[in-house]
Amino acid sequence: MTLADLAARLELTVFTPGLPLGRPVGCGYASDLLSDVIGHARKDALWVTMQVHPNIVAVAVLKELAAVVLVGGRRPAPEALARAEREKVPLLGAETGTFELCGRLYGMGLRGG
Amino acid sequence: MELRRLRADLHIHTCLSPCGELAMSPRAVVEAARAAGLDLIAVTDHNTTENAAAVARAAAGAGPAVLPGIELTTAEEAHILGLFEAGADLAPFQAEVFLRLPQAPSKRKFIKDQVLADAEDRVVGFSPRCLFGATELAAREAVDLIRAFGGLAVASHIDREAFSLVSQLGFIPPGLGIEAVEVSPRADAAAAREAFGVAADLAIVRFSDAHRPEEIGAAATDFLMAAPTLAELRLALAGRAGRKVLPP
Repeated sequence: MTLADLAARLELTVFTPGLPLGRPVGCGYASDLLSDVIGHARKDALWVTMQVHPNIVAVAVLKELAAVVLVGGRRPAPEALARAEREKVPLLGAETGTFELCGRLYGMGLRGG
Repeated sequence: MELRRLRADLHIHTCLSPCGELAMSPRAVVEAARAAGLDLIAVTDHNTTENAAAVARAAAGAGPAVLPGIELTTAEEAHILGLFEAGADLAPFQAEVFLRLPQAPSKRKFIKDQVLADAEDRVVGFSPRCLFGATELAAREAVDLIRAFGGLAVASHIDREAFSLVSQLGFIPPGLGIEAVEVSPRADAAAAREAFGVAADLAIVRFSDAHRPEEIGAAATDFLMAAPTLAELRLALAGRAGRKVLPP
């Protein structure tokens, strides 16, 4: 399952249209504590969060995450978006909250990790 | 001007904070600070500066020196201390903060009463605001707002597992504009610098985060400076003009 598949099926907003979405997604991780994501998220994970601070991009790079999905209609802070484009970290957005989005991702076969 | 060792506890809550004991009245705070041998304290209630002037008046004459302050909750739920010059008019700053606090629920039931007090420990009112809530200020906006009103920003208890810049944001964002980071009373400052990636030019301080009178001064930081003022504190944190943070 690639980012493009997920974005299309879940009608996610793509905040970084200039970045390719062909990368496969290995698993999912949901957390709003970036220290927890640094400690526990796995490589290639799709990270679901409501944080929009520029540090989300740095954490995604550090942990080699596939992409970050911002929930609840939140938009990335301008600096976060600029850094995501620079660091080539796809930023996506969902209108639904974390619970709903993770349920749908699980239903599509994605597992935690 | 002669430099001397001054002991400071710059993270103290009063009875106005939703988690501060009723016993943290202005006079009780001042008496506990005197008993602990503190030269300088700061009043830092959650998202409000409204009890700071009363504490300053209660301390007038016999000390300690009192800086008005605040512990802001950022949108990311990180706590940041704002410390201001004694006597500063913080009403415009406070108005900016309250504009960005969520509305209190109509059927309000707080953890405890949020008590506004005067310098004689009389109850002058109760804050109806959701003081424990997160403001809509992102970390950088919170720091910018503090600095715009002449204040000095310190990241609160960065070693805590919740409500710290590090817990919420993974690491301290570079160039944020903070002038120090605080560690919890029992933390080892040198170990914390390593563990939390604190930049070499950023001072590490230790304060009590007191919510009860007996906690005041339980952790404090000694500064070498000429007077217990915000301007001197700023120099000491930057290690300029001979002022500095002294080892414990």
